[in-house]
Amino acid sequence: MADKVLTANRLSDGISVWLDAAGNWNESLQAAFVARHKEAVDALEATGKQAFADNKVVDVNVVDVEEVDGVLRPLRMRERIRADGPSIAYAAGYAGLTATAVPAA
Amino acid sequence: MYRYDEFDHAFVAGRVEQFRDQVERRLAGELAEDAFKPLRLMNGVYLQLHAYMLRIAIPYGTLSARQMRMLAHIGRKYDRGYGHFTTRQNIQFNWPKLSEIPDALADLATVEMHALQTSGNCIRNVTADHFAGAAADEVADPRPYAEILRQWSSVHPEFSFLPRKFKIAVTGAERDRAAIQVHDIGLHLKKNDAGEIGFAVYVGGGQGRTPMVAKKIRDFLPEEDLLSYTTAIMRVYNLHGRRDNKYKARIKILVHETGAEELSRQVEAEFAELKNTELKLPEADIAAISAYFAPPELPARAEGWANLAGWKKADPAFADWVRQNVQPHKHPDYGMVTISLKPIGGIPGDATSEQMEAVADIAEDYALDEIRVSHEQNLILPHVALADLEAVYRGLVAAELATANAGLITDIIACPGLDYCALANARSIPVAQEISTRFGSPERQAEIGELKIKISGCINACGHHHVGHIGLLGVEKKGAELYQITLGGSGDENTSIGEIIGRGFEPEKVTDAIEVIVDTYLGLRLDPSETFLAAYRRVGPQPFKDALYGDKTAEAA
Repeated sequence: MADKVLTANRLSDGISVWLDAAGNWNESLQAAFVARHKEAVDALEATGKQAFADNKVVDVNVVDVEEVDGVLRPLRMRERIRADGPSIAYAAGYAGLTATAVPAA
Repeated sequence: MYRYDEFDHAFVAGRVEQFRDQVERRLAGELAEDAFKPLRLMNGVYLQLHAYMLRIAIPYGTLSARQMRMLAHIGRKYDRGYGHFTTRQNIQFNWPKLSEIPDALADLATVEMHALQTSGNCIRNVTADHFAGAAADEVADPRPYAEILRQWSSVHPEFSFLPRKFKIAVTGAERDRAAIQVHDIGLHLKKNDAGEIGFAVYVGGGQGRTPMVAKKIRDFLPEEDLLSYTTAIMRVYNLHGRRDNKYKARIKILVHETGAEELSRQVEAEFAELKNTELKLPEADIAAISAYFAPPELPARAEGWANLAGWKKADPAFADWVRQNVQPHKHPDYGMVTISLKPIGGIPGDATSEQMEAVADIAEDYALDEIRVSHEQNLILPHVALADLEAVYRGLVAAELATANAGLITDIIACPGLDYCALANARSIPVAQEISTRFGSPERQAEIGELKIKISGCINACGHHHVGHIGLLGVEKKGAELYQITLGGSGDENTSIGEIIGRGFEPEKVTDAIEVIVDTYLGLRLDPSETFLAAYRRVGPQPFKDALYGDKTAEAA
């Protein structure tokens, strides 16, 4: 079984988040809690359903990851892009994220 | 351009407040996602990979400077300082917070804009020729009819829950710049022998997973029958269109399964019932809407001819830009300017808030306050005096918007792809960037000539790959991206769907494959006046297959 993490988008701003070991939704995949056996995956799924029902997050999914040199990496490119952001610089002339970064909730 | 009346203002303001209440209830947990999702979609709010996305309607692609400034403001205040102009002549913002979208919509309403019907199974934003009202080859301005259709279709109770989304495009010229034959309904404005205005009506075109060229079901529909005939088509579709399978629910499938002749018979039967009802358009109503689109007064500016010759001689880059990005206007002293949103190596269709403001300033100073969005993801200034072209060019250079590539190989259409879109299977933008960079030199582009590359990151075909002279479709195969190439597509008056040339290419090989195709074309064309499309239609796919795959069998990916 591939290692798994729980991901979703935050309801209020839609930003991609991952469930961490403390049960919080974190904006970094690297902070995610990794489920390595079936019981842990079941727990992730239950947590995801509850968080969706509680209107904290939407589009909740369990996704496959691997750990390479201590860094979590989703197996699917779609999930890698969700974790890392667009693989491109934004529009020509765009000043960079720092000026307009979305603050952590 | 059209100005809201009291009803329009009250209606849009009412919808904003309604949505504000819905968002507040959603955030308070009083509305579940299942109940809220259709409501947010009706207001143009999608959930994408990284965040929500707000798609704002730009009816028939027409904007004033004030409206463009508002889009810049939306980008700056509610997003990350940029927006993406789409193949539907709309704009999308990629990072708005749900909690702030009602405020963004309220701001938009102050300039008579909204995001209604940019999603959902309804009649979507009606699109039109981006040179409408200015093109020398135009029979009549298509925008009054697009506006009539917009008003008629806005929250139309009978057509708000169709089997699937529905797209209408209108052109007023023989040269089709609105791709009407790949729309659910395509309307071609024309005059009959008596000099009366009417439409050739096409039905059942579309791209997506089942690309179809529309069938003409009427040679000439009098303008007064526009709404009754369209209603007849919609009724036949609403009744018989499939609701059991999302992928077979568009009208193109109905037309295909029913046959154009039988479908036409059904439409005509329905039309006979509707023809002399309240749907008949009174001449006065057509005139009233047309008055909003009255051609601007264009004073003679004959001095521009001499000025232009001098400026071109003095500045070869300006001369290149004029040659490529300025088209003849119906008034000889004026031109239609294409502002390329395709900088070499850049992101097709993206513009920063600063760039939007620069375009607004230029439009106000030199272009009678009119801006258009083209379905090719560029901006247009439809009325610019030749005498003002140099000043316009300088302004565009300062805003990094003066790329001289309209219609050339680097003027690429690309959907947002997997970098943003929740539906995508592969990235589009980086592929466009690499192709643009590879072919970016002005000399090489000029040598290749007109060539339209269109890239989609999934089978839904928002990047119009089916009608690209060279089309690229990104798919996911064994967890990796792969790009299928089609050749010979075209979205103009001679519409054709591109043919898959063979097995797909990995991301790192796709630009090389494009180069092989381009070099093959350059080697076999009769002379430089034979475009890529003309050459392909003459020789067919085989020389390109041979060049790409050699002796190996070219199996479709």
